Amino acid sequence: MNELKLRLLNLLQEDCRIPLEKLAVMLGVSLQEVASAIEEMEQDGTILRYRPVVNWDRVNVNRVEAMIEVRVTPQRDMGFDAIASRIYRFDEVKSVFLMSGSYDLLVLVEAATLKELAAFVSEKLSVLDTVTGTATSFVLKRYKQEGVIFEAAAKDDRLVVSP
Amino acid sequence: MSERFLSPRVTAVPPSGIRRFFDIAGTMKGAISLGVGEPDFVTPYHIRNAAMDSLLSGETQYTPNRGLLSLRAEIAEYLARRFDAHYDPETEIVVTVGASEAIDLALRATVDPGDQVLVPDPGYVSYAPCVTFAGGEAVPLTTSAKNGFRIDPEDLERAITPRTKALIFPYPNNPTGAVMRREHLEALIPVIERHDLLVIADEIYAELTYDGVEHVSIAAMPGLKERTVLINGFSKSFAMTGWRLGYACAPKPLTAQMNKIHQYTIMCAPRQSQVAAEEALRVGRENGYKDILTMRESYDQRRRLMVDAFTGMGLSCHVPEGAFYCFPSIESTGLSSEEFCTRLLRTEKVVCVPGTAFGLSGEGHIRCCYATALKSLNEAFARIGRFLGHLGE
Repeated sequence: MNELKLRLLNLLQEDCRIPLEKLAVMLGVSLQEVASAIEEMEQDGTILRYRPVVNWDRVNVNRVEAMIEVRVTPQRDMGFDAIASRIYRFDEVKSVFLMSGSYDLLVLVEAATLKELAAFVSEKLSVLDTVTGTATSFVLKRYKQEGVIFEAAAKDDRLVVSP
Repeated sequence: MSERFLSPRVTAVPPSGIRRFFDIAGTMKGAISLGVGEPDFVTPYHIRNAAMDSLLSGETQYTPNRGLLSLRAEIAEYLARRFDAHYDPETEIVVTVGASEAIDLALRATVDPGDQVLVPDPGYVSYAPCVTFAGGEAVPLTTSAKNGFRIDPEDLERAITPRTKALIFPYPNNPTGAVMRREHLEALIPVIERHDLLVIADEIYAELTYDGVEHVSIAAMPGLKERTVLINGFSKSFAMTGWRLGYACAPKPLTAQMNKIHQYTIMCAPRQSQVAAEEALRVGRENGYKDILTMRESYDQRRRLMVDAFTGMGLSCHVPEGAFYCFPSIESTGLSSEEFCTRLLRTEKVVCVPGTAFGLSGEGHIRCCYATALKSLNEAFARIGRFLGHLGE
Protein backbone atom coordinates (compact mmCIF):
# COMPACT_ATOMS: atom_id res chain seq x y z
CA MET A 1 0.00 0.00 0.00
CA ASN A 2 1.56 3.27 -0.98
CA GLU A 3 1.54 6.46 1.06
CA LEU A 4 -1.04 8.19 -1.13
CA LYS A 5 -3.53 5.35 -0.80
CA LEU A 6 -3.14 5.31 2.95
CA ARG A 7 -3.77 9.04 3.16
CA LEU A 8 -6.75 8.75 0.87
CA LEU A 9 -8.23 5.99 3.00
CA ASN A 10 -7.82 8.10 6.13
CA LEU A 11 -9.60 11.02 4.49
CA LEU A 12 -12.38 8.91 2.99
CA GLN A 13 -12.99 7.19 6.30
CA GLU A 14 -13.71 10.61 7.78
CA ASP A 15 -15.81 11.83 4.88
CA CYS A 16 -16.23 9.91 1.64
CA ARG A 17 -18.11 12.74 -0.02
CA ILE A 18 -15.12 15.05 -0.47
CA PRO A 19 -14.96 15.68 -4.23
CA LEU A 20 -11.95 14.20 -6.05
CA GLU A 21 -10.75 17.69 -7.00
CA LYS A 22 -10.58 18.69 -3.33
CA LEU A 23 -8.88 15.44 -2.34
CA ALA A 24 -6.23 16.14 -4.97
CA VAL A 25 -5.61 19.67 -3.62
CA MET A 26 -5.55 18.50 -0.02
CA LEU A 27 -2.98 15.81 -0.73
CA GLY A 28 -0.95 17.90 -3.13
CA VAL A 29 -1.27 15.46 -6.06
CA SER A 30 -3.01 15.54 -9.43
CA LEU A 31 -6.66 14.72 -9.95
CA GLN A 32 -5.58 11.81 -12.15
CA GLU A 33 -3.44 10.30 -9.39
CA VAL A 34 -6.30 10.48 -6.90
CA ALA A 35 -8.81 9.04 -9.35
CA SER A 36 -6.65 6.11 -10.31
CA ALA A 37 -5.60 5.32 -6.72
CA ILE A 38 -9.27 5.15 -5.72
CA GLU A 39 -10.15 3.16 -8.82
CA GLU A 40 -7.43 0.64 -7.99
CA MET A 41 -8.59 0.27 -4.42
CA GLU A 42 -12.16 -0.25 -5.59
CA GLN A 43 -10.98 -2.87 -8.07
CA ASP A 44 -8.78 -4.82 -5.70
CA GLY A 45 -11.38 -4.93 -2.95
CA THR A 46 -9.67 -2.52 -0.57
CA ILE A 47 -12.63 -0.16 -0.75
CA LEU A 48 -15.80 -2.21 -0.70
CA ARG A 49 -18.52 0.36 -0.32
CA TYR A 50 -19.28 3.99 0.65
CA ARG A 51 -21.98 4.30 3.28
CA PRO A 52 -23.22 6.84 5.81
CA VAL A 53 -23.03 6.21 9.54
CA VAL A 54 -26.73 6.38 10.48
CA ASN A 55 -28.14 7.04 13.90
CA TRP A 56 -31.22 4.83 13.57
CA ASP A 57 -32.58 6.06 16.87
CA ARG A 58 -33.46 9.26 15.03
CA VAL A 59 -35.49 7.32 12.48
CA ASN A 60 -38.98 6.23 13.28
CA VAL A 61 -38.71 2.55 12.38
CA ASN A 62 -38.82 -0.68 14.34
CA ARG A 63 -35.35 -2.05 14.66
CA VAL A 64 -33.66 -4.31 17.18
CA GLU A 65 -30.11 -5.48 17.17
CA ALA A 66 -28.34 -8.23 19.00
CA MET A 67 -24.84 -9.58 19.33
CA ILE A 68 -24.81 -13.33 19.42
CA GLU A 69 -21.88 -15.32 20.69
CA VAL A 70 -21.84 -18.58 18.80
CA ARG A 71 -19.90 -21.72 19.65
CA VAL A 72 -19.36 -24.07 16.75
CA THR A 73 -17.53 -27.27 15.88
CA PRO A 74 -14.93 -26.44 13.24
CA GLN A 75 -15.03 -28.72 10.20
CA ARG A 76 -12.18 -30.80 8.87
CA ASP A 77 -10.17 -28.99 6.16
CA MET A 78 -12.38 -25.94 6.27
CA GLY A 79 -11.98 -24.70 9.85
CA PHE A 80 -14.53 -22.03 10.65
CA ASP A 81 -14.94 -20.64 7.15
CA ALA A 82 -17.67 -22.98 5.99
CA ILE A 83 -19.90 -22.48 9.00
CA ALA A 84 -19.23 -18.73 8.96
CA SER A 85 -20.44 -18.54 5.39
CA ARG A 86 -23.57 -20.54 6.26
CA ILE A 87 -24.28 -17.87 8.87
CA TYR A 88 -23.32 -14.68 7.08
CA ARG A 89 -25.56 -15.39 4.10
CA PHE A 90 -28.68 -14.70 6.15
CA ASP A 91 -30.03 -11.20 5.43
CA GLU A 92 -30.58 -10.60 9.14
CA VAL A 93 -26.87 -10.99 9.80
CA LYS A 94 -24.99 -7.71 9.47
CA SER A 95 -21.53 -8.73 10.67
CA VAL A 96 -19.69 -11.91 11.52
CA PHE A 97 -16.32 -12.12 13.24
CA LEU A 98 -14.16 -15.09 14.18
CA MET A 99 -13.07 -14.46 17.76
CA SER A 100 -10.45 -15.64 20.18
CA GLY A 101 -11.69 -16.52 23.66
CA SER A 102 -14.59 -18.48 25.08
CA TYR A 103 -16.71 -18.56 21.93
CA ASP A 104 -15.96 -18.77 18.22
CA LEU A 105 -18.11 -16.44 16.15
CA LEU A 106 -19.58 -13.09 17.04
CA VAL A 107 -22.68 -12.50 14.95
CA LEU A 108 -24.42 -9.10 14.73
CA VAL A 109 -28.03 -9.50 13.85
CA GLU A 110 -30.69 -6.95 13.00
CA ALA A 111 -34.47 -7.41 12.79
CA ALA A 112 -37.66 -5.36 12.97
CA THR A 113 -38.92 -6.85 16.23
CA LEU A 114 -37.72 -8.82 19.17
CA LYS A 115 -39.90 -11.70 18.08
CA GLU A 116 -38.37 -11.85 14.62
CA LEU A 117 -34.92 -11.77 16.09
CA ALA A 118 -35.70 -14.52 18.55
CA ALA A 119 -37.14 -16.57 15.71
CA PHE A 120 -33.95 -16.12 13.75
CA VAL A 121 -31.85 -17.45 16.61
CA SER A 122 -34.04 -20.41 17.44
CA GLU A 123 -35.13 -21.42 13.94
CA LYS A 124 -32.21 -20.53 11.72
CA LEU A 125 -29.03 -20.16 13.73
CA SER A 126 -29.27 -22.71 16.52
CA VAL A 127 -30.41 -25.49 14.23
CA LEU A 128 -27.30 -25.40 12.08
CA ASP A 129 -25.46 -28.72 12.45
CA THR A 130 -22.18 -27.42 13.70
CA VAL A 131 -23.57 -24.80 16.10
CA THR A 132 -23.19 -26.11 19.62
CA GLY A 133 -24.40 -23.11 21.58
CA THR A 134 -25.45 -19.44 21.41
CA ALA A 135 -25.68 -16.53 23.82
CA THR A 136 -27.74 -13.57 22.63
CA SER A 137 -27.28 -10.02 23.97
CA PHE A 138 -29.54 -7.22 22.81
CA VAL A 139 -28.19 -3.77 22.05
CA LEU A 140 -29.79 -1.23 24.37
CA LYS A 141 -28.01 1.93 23.33
CA ARG A 142 -25.36 2.89 20.85
CA TYR A 143 -22.74 5.34 22.11
CA LYS A 144 -20.04 5.18 19.48
CA GLN A 145 -19.64 3.30 16.24
CA GLU A 146 -16.93 3.38 13.59
CA GLY A 147 -15.21 6.17 15.52
CA VAL A 148 -18.32 8.34 15.55
CA ILE A 149 -19.78 9.38 18.90
CA PHE A 150 -23.56 9.36 18.54
CA GLU A 151 -24.89 11.88 20.98
CA ALA A 152 -22.16 14.48 20.93
CA ALA A 153 -23.28 17.17 18.50
CA ALA A 154 -20.36 18.81 16.73
CA LYS A 155 -19.72 22.08 18.50
CA ASP A 156 -17.02 24.67 18.41
CA ASP A 157 -16.27 26.27 21.75
CA ARG A 158 -13.55 28.52 20.44
CA LEU A 159 -13.68 32.31 20.58
CA VAL A 160 -14.85 33.66 17.22
CA VAL A 161 -11.78 35.86 17.00
CA SER A 162 -8.56 35.35 18.93
CA PRO A 163 -5.02 36.58 18.38
CA MET B 1 -13.20 57.47 39.39
CA SER B 2 -10.18 59.73 39.31
CA GLU B 3 -8.20 59.64 36.05
CA ARG B 4 -5.13 60.00 38.24
CA PHE B 5 -5.46 56.31 39.17
CA LEU B 6 -4.63 55.12 35.69
CA SER B 7 -1.08 54.76 34.51
CA PRO B 8 -0.43 56.79 31.34
CA ARG B 9 2.03 54.10 30.25
CA VAL B 10 -0.86 51.64 30.16
CA THR B 11 -3.62 53.92 28.87
CA ALA B 12 -1.38 54.93 25.97
CA VAL B 13 -1.45 51.37 24.63
CA PRO B 14 -4.45 50.94 22.32
CA PRO B 15 -6.67 47.92 22.94
CA SER B 16 -6.12 45.02 20.53
CA GLY B 17 -7.67 45.51 17.08
CA ILE B 18 -8.73 41.92 17.34
CA ARG B 19 -10.86 42.67 20.35
CA ARG B 20 -12.81 45.33 18.49
CA PHE B 21 -13.53 42.94 15.67
CA PHE B 22 -14.58 40.30 18.12
CA ASP B 23 -17.25 42.61 19.48
CA ILE B 24 -18.89 42.91 16.06
CA ALA B 25 -18.50 39.26 15.11
CA GLY B 26 -19.39 37.76 18.47
CA THR B 27 -23.02 38.83 18.29
CA MET B 28 -23.64 37.55 14.76
CA LYS B 29 -25.66 34.37 14.22
CA GLY B 30 -24.64 31.91 11.52
CA ALA B 31 -21.22 33.45 11.05
CA ILE B 32 -18.32 31.26 9.93
CA SER B 33 -15.11 32.20 11.62
CA LEU B 34 -11.71 32.13 10.00
CA GLY B 35 -10.68 34.50 12.77
CA VAL B 36 -9.72 31.97 15.41
CA GLY B 37 -6.15 31.57 16.56
CA GLU B 38 -6.21 28.09 18.00
CA PRO B 39 -6.44 24.44 16.89
CA ASP B 40 -9.85 22.97 16.13
CA PHE B 41 -8.82 19.75 17.85
CA VAL B 42 -9.71 19.05 21.43
CA THR B 43 -6.67 18.10 23.56
CA PRO B 44 -5.97 14.37 22.98
CA TYR B 45 -7.91 12.28 25.46
CA HIS B 46 -4.94 10.59 27.13
CA ILE B 47 -3.63 14.04 28.04
CA ARG B 48 -6.95 15.14 29.53
CA ASN B 49 -7.13 11.85 31.36
CA ALA B 50 -3.73 12.39 32.98
CA ALA B 51 -4.95 15.71 34.39
CA MET B 52 -8.11 14.08 35.71
CA ASP B 53 -6.11 11.34 37.41
CA SER B 54 -3.93 13.94 39.02
CA LEU B 55 -6.95 15.83 40.35
CA LEU B 56 -8.63 12.68 41.59
CA SER B 57 -5.53 11.60 43.45
CA GLY B 58 -5.47 14.94 45.23
CA GLU B 59 -2.50 16.65 43.59
CA THR B 60 -3.73 20.14 44.37
CA GLN B 61 -0.61 21.77 45.81
CA TYR B 62 1.88 24.30 44.47
CA THR B 63 4.69 22.97 42.36
CA PRO B 64 8.25 24.33 42.46
CA ASN B 65 8.41 27.85 40.97
CA ARG B 66 10.15 26.68 37.85
CA GLY B 67 7.66 23.85 37.37
CA LEU B 68 7.78 20.14 38.18
CA LEU B 69 11.30 18.89 37.64
CA SER B 70 9.95 15.83 35.83
CA LEU B 71 8.18 18.13 33.36
CA ARG B 72 11.29 20.24 32.87
CA ALA B 73 13.26 17.08 32.20
CA GLU B 74 10.73 16.08 29.54
CA ILE B 75 10.92 19.56 28.02
CA ALA B 76 14.72 19.36 27.87
CA GLU B 77 14.50 15.93 26.25
CA TYR B 78 11.89 17.13 23.77
CA LEU B 79 13.87 20.22 22.73
CA ALA B 80 17.00 18.13 22.31
CA ARG B 81 15.27 15.48 20.21
CA ARG B 82 13.11 17.70 18.06
CA PHE B 83 15.23 20.80 17.60
CA ASP B 84 18.73 19.92 18.80
CA ALA B 85 18.41 22.68 21.44
CA HIS B 86 20.03 21.74 24.74
CA TYR B 87 18.96 23.08 28.13
CA ASP B 88 19.61 22.01 31.68
CA PRO B 89 16.26 21.19 33.30
CA GLU B 90 17.53 22.31 36.71
CA THR B 91 18.74 25.78 35.83
CA GLU B 92 17.76 26.82 32.31
CA ILE B 93 14.00 26.22 32.02
CA VAL B 94 11.02 28.00 33.61
CA VAL B 95 7.51 26.62 33.10
CA THR B 96 5.08 29.49 32.57
CA VAL B 97 1.41 30.30 32.24
CA GLY B 98 1.32 29.99 28.48
CA ALA B 99 4.04 31.21 26.14
CA SER B 100 2.43 34.61 26.79
CA GLU B 101 3.88 34.76 30.29
CA ALA B 102 7.21 33.60 28.94
CA ILE B 103 7.26 36.55 26.51
CA ASP B 104 6.46 38.93 29.34
CA LEU B 105 9.15 37.42 31.58
CA ALA B 106 11.78 37.60 28.86
CA LEU B 107 11.02 41.27 28.23
CA ARG B 108 10.76 42.32 31.86
CA ALA B 109 13.98 40.53 32.76
CA THR B 110 15.93 42.27 30.01
CA VAL B 111 14.36 45.57 28.96
CA ASP B 112 14.95 48.92 30.67
CA PRO B 113 13.58 52.39 29.92
CA GLY B 114 15.32 53.66 26.82
CA ASP B 115 15.90 50.20 25.36
CA GLN B 116 14.49 49.45 21.95
CA VAL B 117 13.11 46.07 20.99
CA LEU B 118 12.60 45.17 17.34
CA VAL B 119 9.25 43.58 16.64
CA PRO B 120 8.57 42.03 13.22
CA ASP B 121 5.56 43.67 11.63
CA PRO B 122 3.10 42.14 10.84
CA GLY B 123 3.37 40.08 13.99
CA TYR B 124 1.51 38.71 16.96
CA VAL B 125 -0.45 41.38 18.80
CA SER B 126 1.17 41.07 22.23
CA TYR B 127 4.83 41.81 21.61
CA ALA B 128 4.74 45.59 21.27
CA PRO B 129 2.39 46.17 24.24
CA CYS B 130 4.51 43.87 26.42
CA VAL B 131 7.63 45.83 25.45
CA THR B 132 5.81 49.02 26.45
CA PHE B 133 4.63 47.56 29.74
CA ALA B 134 8.22 46.55 30.46
CA GLY B 135 9.23 50.18 29.97
CA GLY B 136 10.96 49.74 26.62
CA GLU B 137 10.25 51.02 23.16
CA ALA B 138 8.89 48.65 20.51
CA VAL B 139 10.27 49.38 17.05
CA PRO B 140 8.45 47.72 14.14
CA LEU B 141 10.63 45.76 11.75
CA THR B 142 8.73 45.63 8.48
CA THR B 143 8.45 42.42 6.52
CA SER B 144 6.45 42.02 3.34
CA ALA B 145 5.01 39.51 0.92
CA LYS B 146 7.81 40.17 -1.56
CA ASN B 147 10.36 38.49 0.72
CA GLY B 148 7.87 35.93 2.01
CA PHE B 149 7.40 37.91 5.26
CA ARG B 150 10.87 36.87 6.39
CA ILE B 151 13.30 39.23 8.08
CA ASP B 152 15.76 40.57 5.58
CA PRO B 153 19.30 41.05 6.99
CA GLU B 154 19.62 44.50 5.42
CA ASP B 155 16.28 45.63 6.84
CA LEU B 156 17.43 44.39 10.24
CA GLU B 157 20.74 46.23 9.92
CA ARG B 158 18.91 49.46 9.04
CA ALA B 159 16.49 49.17 11.97
CA ILE B 160 19.22 48.78 14.57
CA THR B 161 20.26 51.81 16.64
CA PRO B 162 22.70 52.04 19.57
CA ARG B 163 19.66 51.60 21.82
CA THR B 164 18.48 48.34 20.26
CA LYS B 165 18.70 45.59 22.83
CA ALA B 166 16.59 42.73 21.58
CA LEU B 167 14.91 41.23 18.56
CA ILE B 168 11.60 39.39 18.88
CA PHE B 169 11.87 36.38 16.62
CA PRO B 170 8.48 34.73 16.10
CA TYR B 171 8.82 31.96 13.51
CA PRO B 172 6.85 30.11 12.23
CA ASN B 173 4.91 33.34 12.16
CA ASN B 174 1.44 34.33 13.17
CA PRO B 175 -0.22 35.89 11.11
CA THR B 176 1.86 35.34 7.94
CA GLY B 177 2.78 31.65 8.16
CA ALA B 178 6.37 32.58 7.25
CA VAL B 179 9.19 30.26 8.28
CA MET B 180 12.82 31.29 8.67
CA ARG B 181 14.72 28.33 7.28
CA ARG B 182 18.30 27.51 8.14
CA GLU B 183 19.71 29.56 5.26
CA HIS B 184 17.68 32.59 6.35
CA LEU B 185 18.94 32.20 9.91
CA GLU B 186 22.51 31.95 8.67
CA ALA B 187 22.14 35.21 6.76
CA LEU B 188 20.70 37.01 9.77
CA ILE B 189 22.97 35.78 12.55
CA PRO B 190 26.06 37.87 11.65
CA VAL B 191 23.95 41.03 12.00
CA ILE B 192 22.57 39.86 15.33
CA GLU B 193 26.05 39.07 16.62
CA ARG B 194 27.67 42.23 15.31
CA HIS B 195 25.17 44.35 17.25
CA ASP B 196 25.13 42.09 20.29
CA LEU B 197 21.36 41.60 20.21
CA LEU B 198 19.35 39.39 22.48
CA VAL B 199 16.96 37.14 20.53
CA ILE B 200 13.56 36.42 22.02
CA ALA B 201 12.47 33.46 19.93
CA ASP B 202 8.77 32.66 20.18
CA GLU B 203 8.61 29.19 18.63
CA ILE B 204 5.08 28.29 19.66
CA TYR B 205 4.29 27.10 16.10
CA ALA B 206 7.54 25.09 15.77
CA GLU B 207 5.72 21.81 15.21
CA LEU B 208 3.47 23.19 12.50
CA THR B 209 5.57 23.38 9.35
CA TYR B 210 4.71 21.92 5.97
CA ASP B 211 6.02 20.94 2.55
CA GLY B 212 8.88 19.03 4.13
CA VAL B 213 10.22 22.21 5.76
CA GLU B 214 11.36 21.37 9.28
CA HIS B 215 11.58 24.09 11.89
CA VAL B 216 15.12 25.14 12.77
CA SER B 217 15.40 26.73 16.18
CA ILE B 218 17.63 29.78 16.24
CA ALA B 219 18.70 28.66 19.72
CA ALA B 220 20.30 25.60 18.13
CA MET B 221 22.45 27.61 15.72
CA PRO B 222 26.16 27.71 16.66
CA GLY B 223 26.82 30.22 19.43
CA LEU B 224 23.24 31.51 19.56
CA LYS B 225 22.09 29.82 22.74
CA GLU B 226 24.03 32.39 24.76
CA ARG B 227 21.95 35.24 23.37
CA THR B 228 18.56 33.57 23.01
CA VAL B 229 15.46 33.15 25.10
CA LEU B 230 13.68 30.18 23.56
CA ILE B 231 9.93 30.29 24.16
CA ASN B 232 7.54 27.49 23.39
CA GLY B 233 4.44 25.87 24.82
CA PHE B 234 1.75 23.29 24.41
CA SER B 235 -1.11 25.33 22.96
CA LYS B 236 -0.56 24.83 19.27
CA SER B 237 1.38 21.59 19.06
CA PHE B 238 -0.82 19.59 21.43
CA ALA B 239 -4.07 21.57 21.06
CA MET B 240 -3.87 22.78 24.66
CA THR B 241 -4.65 26.50 24.42
CA GLY B 242 -6.99 26.66 27.43
CA TRP B 243 -4.47 24.91 29.70
CA ARG B 244 -2.21 27.94 29.56
CA LEU B 245 1.12 26.20 29.65
CA GLY B 246 4.38 27.30 28.12
CA TYR B 247 8.03 27.67 28.99
CA ALA B 248 11.05 29.88 28.58
CA CYS B 249 14.58 28.52 28.19
CA ALA B 250 17.70 30.63 28.47
CA PRO B 251 21.23 30.58 29.88
CA LYS B 252 21.31 30.17 33.65
CA PRO B 253 21.78 33.84 34.72
CA LEU B 254 18.88 35.03 32.54
CA THR B 255 16.63 32.15 33.59
CA ALA B 256 17.33 33.05 37.22
CA GLN B 257 16.07 36.61 36.62
CA MET B 258 12.99 35.44 34.74
CA ASN B 259 12.27 32.98 37.51
CA LYS B 260 12.54 35.77 40.07
CA ILE B 261 9.74 37.72 38.36
CA HIS B 262 7.76 34.51 37.88
CA GLN B 263 8.08 33.48 41.52
CA TYR B 264 6.91 36.87 42.82
CA THR B 265 4.04 37.35 40.37
CA ILE B 266 2.77 33.89 39.44
CA MET B 267 4.33 31.46 41.93
CA CYS B 268 3.93 28.51 39.60
CA ALA B 269 1.91 27.38 36.59
CA PRO B 270 -1.20 25.33 37.46
CA ARG B 271 -0.25 21.85 38.56
CA GLN B 272 -2.80 19.93 36.47
CA SER B 273 -1.68 21.72 33.33
CA GLN B 274 1.89 20.72 34.13
CA VAL B 275 0.87 17.10 34.64
CA ALA B 276 -1.02 17.12 31.35
CA ALA B 277 1.96 18.65 29.55
CA GLU B 278 4.30 16.04 30.97
CA GLU B 279 1.96 13.30 29.72
CA ALA B 280 1.89 14.93 26.27
CA LEU B 281 5.69 14.93 26.01
CA ARG B 282 6.26 11.53 27.61
CA VAL B 283 3.77 9.75 25.37
CA GLY B 284 5.04 11.74 22.39
CA ARG B 285 8.57 10.56 23.11
CA GLU B 286 7.32 6.97 23.21
CA ASN B 287 5.14 7.01 20.09
CA GLY B 288 7.11 9.31 17.82
CA TYR B 289 4.88 12.34 18.53
CA LYS B 290 1.88 10.75 16.88
CA ASP B 291 -0.61 13.32 18.22
CA ILE B 292 1.36 16.15 16.65
CA LEU B 293 1.90 14.43 13.32
CA THR B 294 -1.78 13.53 12.94
CA MET B 295 -2.89 17.09 13.57
CA ARG B 296 -0.17 18.52 11.39
CA GLU B 297 -1.25 16.38 8.44
CA SER B 298 -4.82 17.54 8.85
CA TYR B 299 -3.75 21.22 8.95
CA ASP B 300 -1.57 20.68 5.92
CA GLN B 301 -4.48 19.33 3.86
CA ARG B 302 -6.61 22.31 4.76
CA ARG B 303 -3.73 24.69 4.13
CA ARG B 304 -3.50 23.47 0.55
CA LEU B 305 -7.23 23.81 0.16
CA MET B 306 -7.21 27.40 1.39
CA VAL B 307 -4.25 28.53 -0.71
CA ASP B 308 -5.89 26.91 -3.72
CA ALA B 309 -9.22 28.60 -2.96
CA PHE B 310 -7.76 32.10 -2.60
CA THR B 311 -5.60 31.70 -5.67
CA GLY B 312 -8.66 30.53 -7.57
CA MET B 313 -10.51 33.67 -6.49
CA GLY B 314 -7.71 35.82 -7.87
CA LEU B 315 -6.31 36.87 -4.50
CA SER B 316 -2.56 36.55 -4.37
CA CYS B 317 -1.60 34.38 -1.44
CA HIS B 318 1.99 33.57 -0.60
CA VAL B 319 2.23 29.92 0.42
CA PRO B 320 2.52 29.74 4.20
CA GLU B 321 5.12 27.19 5.29
CA GLY B 322 4.08 27.18 8.93
CA ALA B 323 1.48 27.91 11.64
CA PHE B 324 -2.16 27.59 10.52
CA TYR B 325 -2.92 30.84 8.79
CA CYS B 326 -3.07 32.17 5.27
CA PHE B 327 -2.34 35.85 4.81
CA PRO B 328 -3.65 36.66 1.34
CA SER B 329 -3.42 40.08 -0.24
CA ILE B 330 -6.72 41.88 -0.79
CA GLU B 331 -5.06 44.90 -2.39
CA SER B 332 -6.63 44.09 -5.76
CA THR B 333 -10.06 44.90 -4.31
CA GLY B 334 -9.06 48.48 -3.58
CA LEU B 335 -10.38 48.12 -0.04
CA SER B 336 -8.44 48.56 3.15
CA SER B 337 -8.04 45.43 5.29
CA GLU B 338 -10.44 46.82 7.85
CA GLU B 339 -13.08 47.73 5.24
CA PHE B 340 -12.73 44.37 3.53
CA CYS B 341 -13.23 42.41 6.74
CA THR B 342 -16.09 44.57 7.98
CA ARG B 343 -17.98 44.36 4.69
CA LEU B 344 -17.31 40.63 4.35
CA LEU B 345 -18.66 40.10 7.83
CA ARG B 346 -21.75 42.26 7.28
CA THR B 347 -22.71 40.87 3.87
CA GLU B 348 -21.56 37.26 4.00
CA LYS B 349 -21.04 36.61 7.70
CA VAL B 350 -17.49 35.37 7.35
CA VAL B 351 -15.01 36.47 10.00
CA CYS B 352 -11.44 37.23 8.91
CA VAL B 353 -8.99 39.37 10.82
CA PRO B 354 -7.72 42.58 9.18
CA GLY B 355 -3.97 42.43 8.63
CA THR B 356 -3.65 45.78 10.39
CA ALA B 357 -4.53 44.10 13.71
CA PHE B 358 -0.95 42.75 13.47
CA GLY B 359 0.76 46.04 12.70
CA LEU B 360 0.74 48.70 10.02
CA SER B 361 2.54 46.48 7.49
CA GLY B 362 -0.44 44.14 7.63
CA GLU B 363 -2.42 46.64 5.54
CA GLY B 364 -3.64 45.08 2.31
CA HIS B 365 -3.84 41.60 3.87
CA ILE B 366 -6.28 39.54 5.89
CA ARG B 367 -5.53 36.68 8.25
CA CYS B 368 -7.54 33.53 7.67
CA CYS B 369 -7.17 30.49 9.90
CA TYR B 370 -7.58 27.12 8.23
CA ALA B 371 -7.82 25.17 11.48
CA THR B 372 -11.53 24.75 11.07
CA ALA B 373 -13.91 22.02 9.89
CA LEU B 374 -13.72 21.18 6.20
CA LYS B 375 -17.38 21.88 5.67
CA SER B 376 -17.12 25.35 7.21
CA LEU B 377 -14.01 26.11 5.19
CA ASN B 378 -15.69 25.23 1.92
CA GLU B 379 -18.75 27.28 2.84
CA ALA B 380 -16.50 30.21 3.78
CA PHE B 381 -14.69 30.00 0.42
CA ALA B 382 -18.02 30.03 -1.41
CA ARG B 383 -19.13 33.10 0.53
CA ILE B 384 -15.85 34.97 0.02
CA GLY B 385 -16.01 34.14 -3.69
CA ARG B 386 -19.52 35.57 -3.87
CA PHE B 387 -18.44 38.66 -1.94
CA LEU B 388 -15.56 39.27 -4.35
CA GLY B 389 -17.93 38.77 -7.29
CA HIS B 390 -20.27 41.44 -6.00
CA LEU B 391 -17.37 43.83 -5.39
CA GLY B 392 -16.43 43.52 -9.05
CA GLU B 393 -19.91 44.50 -10.24
